[in-house]
Amino acid sequence: MSDVLLEARRLSRDFPSGGGKTIHAVSEVSLQIREGETLGLVGESGCGKSTLGRLMIRALAPTSGEVLYRGRSLTAMPEKAFRPLRRRMQLVFQDPWASLDPRMTVRDLIAEPLETWRICGGKAETTKRVAELMRAVGLPEEFLYRYPHQFSGGQRQRIGIARAIAAEPEFIVCDEPVSALDVSVQNQILNLLKGLRAERKLTYLFISHNLSVVRYLSDRVCVMYLGNVCETGPAEEVYRHPRHPYTRFLLDAVPVPDPRRRGEEVPLLRGDPPSPAHPPEGCPFHTRCPWAEERCAREKPALRSDGEVRVACLKPLSGREDSARRTPDPSGAP
Amino acid sequence: MEETILEVSRLTVTIPTDRGEILPVNDVSLRIPAGKIVGIVGESGCGKSMTARAVIGLIRPPGRVAGGSVRLGGRELTGLLPKERRRLMGSEISMVFQEPMSSLNPVMKVGRQVEEALLQHGVCSRKEARERVLEMFRAVEIPEPEVRYDSYPHQLSGGLRQRVMIAMAMVCRPRVLIADEPTTALDVTVEAQILRLLRELRDRGTGLLVISHNLGVIAQLCDWVYVMYAGRIVESASAEELFERPLHPYTRGLFRSVLSVGEGAETLETIPGVVPSLHHLPEGCSFSLRCSRCETRCEKEMPELRELAPGHAVRCRPAEREALHE
Repeated sequence: MSDVLLEARRLSRDFPSGGGKTIHAVSEVSLQIREGETLGLVGESGCGKSTLGRLMIRALAPTSGEVLYRGRSLTAMPEKAFRPLRRRMQLVFQDPWASLDPRMTVRDLIAEPLETWRICGGKAETTKRVAELMRAVGLPEEFLYRYPHQFSGGQRQRIGIARAIAAEPEFIVCDEPVSALDVSVQNQILNLLKGLRAERKLTYLFISHNLSVVRYLSDRVCVMYLGNVCETGPAEEVYRHPRHPYTRFLLDAVPVPDPRRRGEEVPLLRGDPPSPAHPPEGCPFHTRCPWAEERCAREKPALRSDGEVRVACLKPLSGREDSARRTPDPSGAP
Repeated sequence: MEETILEVSRLTVTIPTDRGEILPVNDVSLRIPAGKIVGIVGESGCGKSMTARAVIGLIRPPGRVAGGSVRLGGRELTGLLPKERRRLMGSEISMVFQEPMSSLNPVMKVGRQVEEALLQHGVCSRKEARERVLEMFRAVEIPEPEVRYDSYPHQLSGGLRQRVMIAMAMVCRPRVLIADEPTTALDVTVEAQILRLLRELRDRGTGLLVISHNLGVIAQLCDWVYVMYAGRIVESASAEELFERPLHPYTRGLFRSVLSVGEGAETLETIPGVVPSLHHLPEGCSFSLRCSRCETRCEKEMPELRELAPGHAVRCRPAEREALHE
């Protein structure tokens, strides 16, 4: 098995919110990302996945817990020691409209990281490198002196990716990189990310609310709910045999692009997730879980191993049964 | 054939810009039967939302409806005076938007906002109105309706806000509901709840026009589907027929691009290039620049929308020929 590149140990992050309240965005999350793999991070809005992504590359400081990079604590590291590592960890943003300075040309946008990290000798060498990076992400070289507004969403996302790989990173956090794009363009970007991963031996943390997109790129997945990890394991296994009830509902809720499967009554979750300012006692999911028992309201389940999968549930689904089984109607929930 | 409640024919919208006039909706015809869900699918900028807005008369000037008609139960909607239009809005036809936060009044209790819709149309007295609103809140499964009645929009989650919007749109029992990307801003588990709610409205006889870029949503909801590209309808058929046998190269490309949650894939199919700007449409077929089956004639002449099988119309010459040879 390959080495662990990054590891989160009981990582938490709180944010102050109005009225002296505290939002627990990420609560005691522990996970490992191995070199060369893609870990998909899924969950609904507000579950803490973007916060966790930023914590992993020290773009945000944790309230407690730590992040290890090749066994060294990033959290305890002084700024000076961290600086050379920062280059190794990059971020690709969701919104290709908001994340590029509209007054800079593509050449200058992609040259910025090259100059920051003094990767190239002079101006001419920098421009040459920018052109190479543009080719690598599928942008025609003749666009060198154009501005972001002259590009489509997909092309802008390519610029964002070129900026990220310019610093020659080992690890990239892709935060909803295709959510703002049309389907036909989305796939072009996913293929690009997959190609770059192989060519440049990259490790990704791939954050998305879209389960199909995550499945395409990820070796392993991690499902989050209300700042907690519910389930993590090999992507195939988690998608085929979800063990955590929330994972099951999440997968079942995806609308299937096949009208013949319209009649199938899928079990629906009731209501909305509770506010992260007032997470419930016990299991964070027990207020919506149709299988919840009395002890689920008292006891917060730890992540427990079941084969290669780890699941935080006192009464996990067996994971071995066919997926069209034994879902009680959530209306019958206690 | 079912009773048609809304009939759109040859609808065209123009917008003057400093680079010339564009036609975001170009010669669009469609019909919505009672108790059916009709979908328009396409990518951003294809004109699907603009079509919805034109139907309900919400095109912002200087854009305007330049031609065609919209008939609701035999009554022409284009060219109505604002006062006449307001009378129909809500009571006969209403609309739900993508972003519920920006369509609700932030300083008014949501219950009162829905009540307002009833009072405006003089449907009932103020005393009865509250009861009708609570009944509607229950119908769209808003938990604790009495409490929610007194909530402000910012106190509600995205899913609850969208339910309030649907309650507001439905409280006067319109015959047609237009829903523009009704679940796009919502999480997948909440989306599933809203989809079920829209199906229930249909089952009670409402005609729905649903705009979406999500083929999963279209497949799960719609009885009939129109595919739009660069302002025009390029294909239309029943949902079963369209998903089973897409004929237009664009529809096929779109369907092949859909990722499945059920299986992994090696490389993903894509449609080369990007949607052309409405300022620089090719002379012939709008899809010709990205089409693998493009012929010389396609580059020169816009093909007609032709019915190739009963109820299945396509705007593509190579597809037409292929269908004839089958």
